Amino acid sequence: MMNFWLIQTLNGISFGMLLFLLAAGLSLIYGLMKVLNLTHGSFYLLGGYVGLAVLHLSGSFVLAALVGSFAIAAIGAIMERFFLRRLHLQELPQALLTFGFLFIFSDLATVIWGTNPQTIPKPTILAGALQLGGFFYPYYRLFIIVLGLIIAAVLWWLQDGTRLGAMMRASVDNEEVARALGINVSLLFTLVFGFGAFLAAFGGVMGGPIVGVYPGADFDVMLLGFVVVIIGGLGSLKGALIGGLAVGLLDNFGKVFFPELALFTIFAPMVVILALRPAGLFGRE
Amino acid sequence: MSTPYSKQLGLRPRLGPIAVVATVALLALPYVLSTYHLGLVVQMMIFALFAMSLDLLLGYAGMPSLGHAAYFGISAYTTGLLALRLSLNVWLALPAGLVLAGLTALLFGLLALRTRGSYFLMITLALSQVVWGIAFGWRSLTGGDDGLPDVPRPALGLHLPWSLADSTPFYYFTLVLVALALSLLVGIVASPFGYALRGIRESETRMIALGYNVWRYKLAAFVLAAVFAGLPGSLYAYYNRFVSPDYLHVARSAEVLLMVILGGAGTLIGPAVGAVLIVLLENVISAYTDRWLLLLGIIYVMVSLFAPSGLIGLLREFRPWRATP
Repeated sequence: MMNFWLIQTLNGISFGMLLFLLAAGLSLIYGLMKVLNLTHGSFYLLGGYVGLAVLHLSGSFVLAALVGSFAIAAIGAIMERFFLRRLHLQELPQALLTFGFLFIFSDLATVIWGTNPQTIPKPTILAGALQLGGFFYPYYRLFIIVLGLIIAAVLWWLQDGTRLGAMMRASVDNEEVARALGINVSLLFTLVFGFGAFLAAFGGVMGGPIVGVYPGADFDVMLLGFVVVIIGGLGSLKGALIGGLAVGLLDNFGKVFFPELALFTIFAPMVVILALRPAGLFGRE
Repeated sequence: MSTPYSKQLGLRPRLGPIAVVATVALLALPYVLSTYHLGLVVQMMIFALFAMSLDLLLGYAGMPSLGHAAYFGISAYTTGLLALRLSLNVWLALPAGLVLAGLTALLFGLLALRTRGSYFLMITLALSQVVWGIAFGWRSLTGGDDGLPDVPRPALGLHLPWSLADSTPFYYFTLVLVALALSLLVGIVASPFGYALRGIRESETRMIALGYNVWRYKLAAFVLAAVFAGLPGSLYAYYNRFVSPDYLHVARSAEVLLMVILGGAGTLIGPAVGAVLIVLLENVISAYTDRWLLLLGIIYVMVSLFAPSGLIGLLREFRPWRATP
């Protein structure tokens, strides 16, 4: 019985870490550019598909993760530079544009990769399970948890400890003053959007062995990402992490205990938080 | 905003003769068109009303909802379930759908109206997903992703001789209800309430200073828009004889948003034109290729970049022959 709770909790946390990767990008992009990126789930899905293709060609999981993430980061940067840029601060056209790209990528993915659900095989080193007495737990999920924590630490350091992070925080607070101070805000926009796409695509490759890569994952993942940032608050890393873990756990235990109303266990707490704190737990109004 | 409000109404100037011709044409359609094409026109009317209901919220009150399909779907499910399980007739099953859509909007409005802009978009989206989650997950009630098949189209009752199962009576039924809803919408938009909504769209703080209870007006607009979205939802359930979670999926919420923007928000007629165009394109294109979604995505991108104020906006721009006021 003890084992059941521990395993389900770890499952929830590892899924939560994937959601964190996704929500961190959504949050960074919103924080800097005030863009609600509806294409974010597509970045996740495309990352998974490209990663899978690279894995089939090269047999290397590391290479799959790198190529998948960087390729999608490039797509994100191009999307920002040539499309989103023209709609700066126009939330409704931005929503239409990013939703359009969601459809475009979704349809292209079915043309290229078909409609069958696929899973990315785990790297062989992480294929086994940890055994402690009578307790078994797959290495791969533990790896995801550790990796998520490392990425969280790196993101914090990037935001609070580097010149780039300082430039970003300055632009978030006051874009015009930041420009006047000589910060290249335009370049920063492209970098941050690309980086958000990178994180989502990385999540797609890492989630491939657990969640799988399938048509419709873009919608599913986008919606979960939104729930995370609604709970945690847009524009906050802390919110993305705590929200991600909360939604990961709620999703997991919801599916175990109330399979018929699984989605409801995520949305009910979200509604409560909305009622109490419309900007989320750590969001700024 | 330099255009006077009477112009923005879109329906005002010199439309009398056009309206007469259009009415006659619409009444004559069943004698001209095949069953398939008549069905297409029914779909156009349904989605035109759906788009106009969102226009009340977005175009007039300035609230961009990305979850409007929730009310379309709630009404469709309510009507469908009542007709299917309790064999209720149209006159009870349809209004019940509208009432439930309105009540849900009252609840969701209390939550969503505390935010604006991108947050409002995201929260209306998330709230609509709550409803989608119930429709998808609660199999014993809604049939899950199999949906509700065989929703019956009953006779009209009230000693009227027509059965809605036939395409021509159903066409007239839809036409009458949509025309009724349209005239109500036009009335609302032209009423003091409608002008207050425009004021809120332009400047909430000014309206507050003028003594308006802005929050109450916004909530009323939110609920009204949901009720007007419910009617096309229920009609669509009868038309298809089927309801599924797709009715309230985000894709449908985004599609109706596209219809509104494509035509031109804040004009009523614009969103109706946008809806007709999208329904027409979807039916024509899908006959030739499986890549409709790709094309739809491209339409989204093009509209957002090149026609953010819609076809009406483009018309206003390219009208050199008429002196601008």
